[in-house]
Amino acid sequence: MAPPLQGRGLSAAMDAAPAALLPETAAVPWRPRVDDRRLRRVGRLWTLTTVAHVVPFLLAAAVLVALEPLSLPVALGCLAHAWIIPELYAQRGANVARPRRRRAGGEGAERVALGLLGDLVDHDAREVHARTGLVPERGRLGTWLVGEAGALLVRDRRVFCWCVRVDDPDLPSGDRIAHLLLALRADEQGFATVANLAFAGSRWRVRRRLARPMRPALDG
Amino acid sequence: MSRLIRMDHTGHSTVAEWSADDPVAVEAAVVAFREELDRGYLAMVTTGPGHAEQVRELPIDSELVILRLPISGG
Repeated sequence: MAPPLQGRGLSAAMDAAPAALLPETAAVPWRPRVDDRRLRRVGRLWTLTTVAHVVPFLLAAAVLVALEPLSLPVALGCLAHAWIIPELYAQRGANVARPRRRRAGGEGAERVALGLLGDLVDHDAREVHARTGLVPERGRLGTWLVGEAGALLVRDRRVFCWCVRVDDPDLPSGDRIAHLLLALRADEQGFATVANLAFAGSRWRVRRRLARPMRPALDG
Repeated sequence: MSRLIRMDHTGHSTVAEWSADDPVAVEAAVVAFREELDRGYLAMVTTGPGHAEQVRELPIDSELVILRLPISGG
């Protein structure tokens, strides 16, 4: 009788070949792979877009008041638009870090999931997660803050907010983060390619839109 | 003792346990591993602080192999 591991079993197991690219990138073949250069470009585009949204309203407000002081209420409306539009974008970015609704009766599963997540990260990251709900992870592109349904990438004063998730509503929060963390660690650029960019802009704009307990995570 | 675990609604479930010097347990783990991959799970091993790697065959010498679901843009 042949030993049970001859043939496909043992040889295949011994030849364990790691894959460098995140397989999920195959689902988005039209997207260029995110790298440092692309992030800089995308960041500048977001800044330009913000300026393009804000400046016309500011100019309109100034021109209206200059031409006809009685048009002040309309000018104030323009100023409100100039303020609100960037705020809405920043809110959209901050939303990627918002915790999802807990499943009733899932406390036991949550504890188990947090145990596994705790095994994957070091003491400092565990401590940050306990305080903020986000797990910090230093990468080549910057410092990531991984949440349940998204991740923030902090690069100097700019933050990129990525919407990315695992599609299983029954997973506890800790497992959701562990899914994202493992994918991020396997292929950081692939992770950013698969994720949807919700916002890129100044760190302070996102920070004040985050839930108060989460804000310190952006300070690190 | 090495473990193959799957992240699921319970937090995680142990799918298989084996020792490298126990061929029967390894074979069972390999079979379980392939079944999980066929179900759409991706297998990950930690390769150092801050690093992980996807594996398509069971790495027998790894202490912990974690099965995760694919991610997608939200």
